[in-house]
Parts: sequence; structure tokens; C-alpha cells
Amino acid sequence: MSEKDVIICRCEDVTLKDVLDAIRSGITDMESLKRKLQFGTGPCQGKTCIPIVEKILARELGKKVGESGIITTRPPETPVPFGIFAKGEHHEK
Amino acid sequence: MKSKEVVIVGAGITGLSTAYYLVRNGVKDIVLIDKSFPGSGSTGRCGTGIRQQFTTREHIVLMRESVKLWREWENSLPISIHFRQGGYLWLLETEKELTDFKEYVKMQNLFGVESRIIDPYEAKQIVPDLNTKSILGASWCPTDGNAYPFDTVEALKLALRNNGVEIHPFEEVIGIETNSNRVECVITNKDKYYTNLVVNAAGFGANRIAKMVGFSLPLKLYRHQIAVSEPVKVFLDPMIVKGELYFTQTYRGRIIGGTDLNEPETNNLESTEKFLEKYAQELLSVMPVLSSLNVMRQWAGFYVVSPDSHPILGGTPVSGFLVAAGFSGHGFMLGPVTGKLMAMYILHGTMYLPEANNLGLDRFEKGKLINERAVIG
Repeated sequence: MSEKDVIICRCEDVTLKDVLDAIRSGITDMESLKRKLQFGTGPCQGKTCIPIVEKILARELGKKVGESGIITTRPPETPVPFGIFAKGEHHEK
Repeated sequence: MKSKEVVIVGAGITGLSTAYYLVRNGVKDIVLIDKSFPGSGSTGRCGTGIRQQFTTREHIVLMRESVKLWREWENSLPISIHFRQGGYLWLLETEKELTDFKEYVKMQNLFGVESRIIDPYEAKQIVPDLNTKSILGASWCPTDGNAYPFDTVEALKLALRNNGVEIHPFEEVIGIETNSNRVECVITNKDKYYTNLVVNAAGFGANRIAKMVGFSLPLKLYRHQIAVSEPVKVFLDPMIVKGELYFTQTYRGRIIGGTDLNEPETNNLESTEKFLEKYAQELLSVMPVLSSLNVMRQWAGFYVVSPDSHPILGGTPVSGFLVAAGFSGHGFMLGPVTGKLMAMYILHGTMYLPEANNLGLDRFEKGKLINERAVIG
């Protein structure tokens, strides 16, 4: 299958070709890759795509997974409507 | 060991923009050093807004020029930065606010910014989904707007790389050597750079860098939080402001915004649910239609605040050591004009906008502070 037909991030429509092009253009840390390609910013909160990109990056650079940085996870863990927060139904534990 | 004409500490918008205007004026022997990735500090954490609705001559004139430069950037940088002049709609709830903003608008008009006070009916025409029940009017400036921070960083990086400028991410400045009160050498955890010119554009780290040459910057760090929603079809062009609340929609369809928790200064950048609750309440009171929209992510960044909420620009007691820091929440929007001012200052030894002469570090000693009354979020 062609690199451009392999979808890495379904939420943001990022392909394997997008990831490889970005890495080969010199972007070699996870945080910058995320900001360039926007993978991991969709409704799944990066649960699928981030581990995949970490593996691709490690493979391309000949490093171990995690050596090129990990992405800061941002709350909430799953998308929650504004209306829920406005009612104050959730509280910090 | 290397020799460089200019060493810029910090690859946020301030450092990148300064390098960009140096390159455009023929200085290319530049290195930018950042302890993390470019845009990792306040630039990449900001709320995207670009406004000219300020209350001091300095801010108004600098931002009027910056908006002009933002437009040039959108047309001339290698990729789109999604600069959009959707306006800032500042909702006013009390008679006092209305009276104050009428004065601000006069000041803004005097210096060429086309803001005006409008009634709730007109505000609702601009943004039909607005709840205008509790407002008396709004301050409206159609030429204010926003841009996309990561695309802006990427565009500047490309423009600089195309001109052979080096950007060194994940490299940390650990010392700066001076000789007879003159900058001589920048030492990092990876290399050593001989130079006669250092620009301290280190954002929330600016004070740490200044201390390396023997003085402090009067800067305090305040945590400000932001949340972003899932994407929906773009329907909201302006930035809406009401009290401490601000929000707009990015070109990627996400509602981005924040509010202020009035916290004391801190080094903590964790995000809190307390923020989300206050933000959601304020957001839905202004735009109830967003109630079922999902919150996708939240994060925090620093406002690096100076004693008068204006940046510190220009020379310092150490020769060859320049500073551009303390933007007090306005560093992204001021980015283009800051870079041009700093580059021209390096090349010609003077601020090309006279108002910027009032923003020197020496103003604190001389007691010449400028008071900004309109700081949001």
C-alpha cells in the first residue's frame, strides 16, 4: 500500500506520507511533529495515533521509542460538553 | 566553538521575528537557541488574538504597526499563518465600562485605529448567536483579528532556514561571559558561541538569562489557562471579550478561549478543573448555543508581566545584551513589530517607532511607568 494511503490519525486525516515527509524535513521530536501535523488533537485524544507516530519516529531515527520526547497529555481524558462543566458537576479529586 | 554575529536566546515568536527582520536587512550570521522546541513557551500556548484596542499610546501605536506587519506576513511567508481580521468585539456590561471604553476608543481613533462603540443590536448583527441581554454596548474594531501560533512558528522557521539561519532546539544556555561590561560569549550545554550581540527573547526564562550577565528583570509569572473545543464548521470570525472571558474560533473550527482566575504569581503550569468550570459558565452565558460542544483539551501558559504590563525592549546596562521580554500576555500579537523594532535597533541603534523609546528597561529606575488598563484573560 502506498504511504499516502496509510492513515495514521483518523481524526485529523494524517497519512504515513505526511509523517515521513515531516520527519525527513528535519522535524525530529514528538511535540513539534504533533504541532506540524496536528495528529492526536481529535476526539480520540491521540490514543491511536500517538503510539504509532512514536514508533515511526523511532524507526526513522534509529532510536528507541520515547527517546525523541513524549507528548504531554492534556485533560480532559475524553471530550466533555461545556454544559457539564458550567453546571459544576465534576470536581477535582 | 563558533563565532556568530547575533545570538538569539529563545525561539518563540519574539526571537524568530527578530531573526526574520535581521535577515531581511542583510544580517544572516544568526543562531537561535531554545532549551525546548520552537514555540514551546508562551507563543505556542497563547490564545491566538491580535488586537489594537489598548489604552496607552505605546500599545496602540505598536499594535497598529504589528497588524500591518501581520498582513504582510500572511502574504509573504512561505506558508499561510491564517491571519484573519475578524475583529474584536468587546462586550460592555456596566455604565462605567461603557464610559471608560468611550475614552479608550477616542484614544485609539486618535492614533489611527478604527474602533468604535456600538449598541447591542449591532453586536448581535455581527455575531447572531450572542446573548446580548445583559450588555449595554460593545467596543468593536473590525481590523483586529487572530493568527495560528504553530503555523506562524513553522512559517518563520521555514523563512529563516531558507536563508541559512541556524535554529538549535533542545539546547540550553547555561552561561554568558562578559568582558569590561561587554557581551563576549554564550555558553550552552552543547557548544560555545563568540558574539558581540545577544538578544534575550527567552519569554518566561528571560530573567534567568538576564541574571547570567548580572542584573534582574522586574518580571513576574502568572499562570493563565486556555481550553479548546472539538471542531465545528467555522461560524465565528471575531474574538469576543467580556470581562475576563475571551474566545474565538480558529480556522480549524475549534473554539479557543480562556478566562482569569486572578491567581498569585506561580511557576506551576498545571491546568485545573476550576478554570474549566469558570470558563464554561462565562462562555455559555455569552453564547448559550455552545452548551453541547465538547471540550477537547486544556492547558496553561505564562503571562510574563512587567510592573506596567508593557514589554521591556532594547538595551540594558550590559553592552551588546539586548532584551525583548515582559509582554504581559501580548507577546504573540506584538511579535511582528517587536522583531522589526529589535532588528532596526540592532542595525541603527534607535527605535523606528518613537513610542518604543518609552519601553526601555531604564523606565523602572526613572519611575516612568506606563499603565495599561486593558489586559484580558
